[in-house]
Amino acid sequence: MPIQILMPALSPTMTEGTLAKWLKKEGDAVDSGDVIAEIETDKATMELEVIDEGVLGRILVAEGTTGVRVNQTIALLLEEGEDASALDAAAAAPPPAPQQTPAPGSAPPAAPQQTPPPAAPRPTPSAPPGTPAPRAAAQGRRVFASPLARRLAGEAGLDLAAVPGTGPHGRIVKSDIEAAVAGGVAAPAAAPVAAPAVTAEQATTAIPNTTMRKVIAARLSQSKRDIPHFYLTIDCRMDALLDVRRELNANAPEGEGSYKLSLNDFIIRATALALRQVPAANATWTDDAILRYDRIDVSIAVATPGGLITPVIRDADNKGLLVLSREMNDLAARAREGKLLPEEYQGGGFTISNLGMYGIKEFAAIINPPQSCILAVGAGTQRPVVKDGALAVATVMSCTLAVDHRSVDGAVGAEFLAAFKRLVEAPLTMLL
Amino acid sequence: MADTTFDIIFLGAGPGGYVTAIRAAQLGMKTAVVEGEHLGGICLNWGCIPTKALLRTAEIFHTMHRAAEFGLSVKEITFDVKKVVERSRAVAKQLSTGVGYLLKKNKVTVFDGYGRLDGAGKVRVEKDGKGIADLAAKHIVLATGARARSLPGLEPDGKLVWTYKEAMVPEVMPKSILVVGSGAIGIEFASFFRDFGAEVTVVEVLPRVLPVEDEEISDFAGKAFEKQGMKILTSATVTGLKKAKGGVTATVEAGGKSTQVRVERVILAVGIVGNVENLGLEGTKVKVDKSHIVIDEWSRTGEPGVYAIGDVTGPPWLAHKASHEGVICVEKIAGVPGLHPLDKSRIPGCTYCRPQVASIGLTEKQAVAQGHAVKVGRFPFMGNGKAIALGEPEGLVKTVFDAATGELLGAHMVGAEVTELIQGFAVAKTLETTEAELMHAIFPHPTLSEMMHESVLDAYGRAIHF
Repeated sequence: MPIQILMPALSPTMTEGTLAKWLKKEGDAVDSGDVIAEIETDKATMELEVIDEGVLGRILVAEGTTGVRVNQTIALLLEEGEDASALDAAAAAPPPAPQQTPAPGSAPPAAPQQTPPPAAPRPTPSAPPGTPAPRAAAQGRRVFASPLARRLAGEAGLDLAAVPGTGPHGRIVKSDIEAAVAGGVAAPAAAPVAAPAVTAEQATTAIPNTTMRKVIAARLSQSKRDIPHFYLTIDCRMDALLDVRRELNANAPEGEGSYKLSLNDFIIRATALALRQVPAANATWTDDAILRYDRIDVSIAVATPGGLITPVIRDADNKGLLVLSREMNDLAARAREGKLLPEEYQGGGFTISNLGMYGIKEFAAIINPPQSCILAVGAGTQRPVVKDGALAVATVMSCTLAVDHRSVDGAVGAEFLAAFKRLVEAPLTMLL
Repeated sequence: MADTTFDIIFLGAGPGGYVTAIRAAQLGMKTAVVEGEHLGGICLNWGCIPTKALLRTAEIFHTMHRAAEFGLSVKEITFDVKKVVERSRAVAKQLSTGVGYLLKKNKVTVFDGYGRLDGAGKVRVEKDGKGIADLAAKHIVLATGARARSLPGLEPDGKLVWTYKEAMVPEVMPKSILVVGSGAIGIEFASFFRDFGAEVTVVEVLPRVLPVEDEEISDFAGKAFEKQGMKILTSATVTGLKKAKGGVTATVEAGGKSTQVRVERVILAVGIVGNVENLGLEGTKVKVDKSHIVIDEWSRTGEPGVYAIGDVTGPPWLAHKASHEGVICVEKIAGVPGLHPLDKSRIPGCTYCRPQVASIGLTEKQAVAQGHAVKVGRFPFMGNGKAIALGEPEGLVKTVFDAATGELLGAHMVGAEVTELIQGFAVAKTLETTEAELMHAIFPHPTLSEMMHESVLDAYGRAIHF
């Protein structure tokens, strides 16, 4: 009996994914631990390793297939001594128990245990609280639409799950697609060709949306639409912190054990410690209760070629600058390669987005749901300040906190920023 | 003292008024219907139903003449006009009585009289010129229907020059008939009288009979009628009727030439006009355009709280359009979610002449005119086993698809029983199927419906049996 290779669940909430690429072809011999395929989820590309050895007998799901359900059989592996005739019978057989699902590539088997589950419920990005019905459909539930509506949506490049249906029981009908194409507003995940501003005369190049792009579009639209944002900006003097950083980096050893602390590492540390002082900013709004996180897990926005991703530094308040720095460098590097594990970017209670390295003076970010706050960090620049009643020059960094007013009030946000500023301006207190 | 305050009042108990009144009652509204003549309206009493009874007799009569083809012999085939008409009237009466029961069962109050608007939210009911009730309701629905149109010089007299009403109850079978107008009503009577042996002449002002149908279908039907011995004059007008004892001489002008046609009776079927008189519309914001009440997509007139449905609002003049339009109207009033306005491209039309004609949606020409690239499928009755077995090898099923999206734009049929088949395409259109689902649907063998499948397949070059 050939071994069925199943679509792996790369996270507890994953229901489907894209079979991005086959790295082996039918007839190839594989050894235990060989990477045979790449699986693309919402945010990352994962390698699929086989546990058993044998010959890749048949590929059942072609590469590039989207919406492959978890535990669907994607390929058949022939064991030693089996011939190809066994494949036909196996293709029709039900999938075996889930524990035979191959482990995702770079995930050490014990990874989930190394990350203890949080005490408070931690909603994952794919299941934000208060998800509207059409979004639920995007997670693999059936979308009801007329055959004509499906075809028209396909031609217009519309994501059906994002189109509100006005037919019986919310079924999506032709007029809904026409309205979505004409209005554009109803289709956050619409392809560029369907956007209202594009007329037939304007030449365009369609860049097909990846799953990641669609998730970014849907989640940030939802965030900006549903979350009552307000913004608080504070200026921090950076001269003391820059001195400390220079001194620490100057004392870095050569070779192994070498390090180079970035400004960002200090900001993560300051944020984590400020959250410890003002835990109310580390929270999530739900209809029934505000969920305050017991741990301080800080998400860091990282730009990647495919789009924005937010790897999480867990227990950031318990980590020193060196650990933070190494962890951040590792996460950022793997994020850019699309190799993050889902548990490395899911969760987090607070996000930092730093555009200082691009020279941005200050900006306001969109909250990363289901979190309540995001800190937008600008560039530290030399600016005139008044010191002891006289003009002086100081390096100043402006930080803007975007806050969900449902869960965090203005005073709490201000308290957090004040704590953050105290830490940044007196960096030695970060040692405490 | 009877209750006089309602949530909703319908003026007229035809297929628009009575069906919608029942729906309104189902939705929990306290409902009344005001009807001056007969429950069920023209449709049930002087239209759809009694003519179907007559045409059924004509069909059997015709088939009896074909007895030998089926291996049967009939010694003498005769008819009794009186009994033919009696049956038709009995059918109408049975159904009209049924409507009374249905209204009662649904607790709809019926007022026997003519209703008219009498100020905002008020209806006055009159019988024989006397006021018999003053009613009040938040919502008033005008469902008063329509009547035969007459043209100058072509006025019916009820004796030699008939409308549908006299044509339905002939005392003797006329030997010759002139039918003016070849829409559904005119052609059904032409077909009926032709099957009973009358010399039938049809005059149509447009270039083809059944002018609203797809060109190919009306040409097919026109040829079939001529084969039966009907005389069809298209692009022709009747300019005068000269009555004499026992007959009428009609002047017909066509192509600049004038000819005289002498017939025993004339049937006028040149369209209908809405019943908009004596409704108390004067001084209201209800707008009337060419005898029809102007409404928006939810059947609202210009006057708040006053609605209109069915024939009085304009074409297509079809009972099922009136019913459906009315149901949408009251569901909108009741706040039922998920409503869409009536889509006229989803209203099937049926003509019960021999051969029957049925259609829905856009004709091929309309589809092209609207800018569709089309795929057209055709399947002839000759290729269908059931049609051959029935002895009905003449007919055509035509389907029109949008080439780009596969949307079923229209379906057009002529031949035996097509009026019973068209609902399949009506369901398909309402569910917004494309050609793919129709191809995957399994049609039972042996049935005439297989031709619907084959026509779809043919549109994509995949017909099996032809």
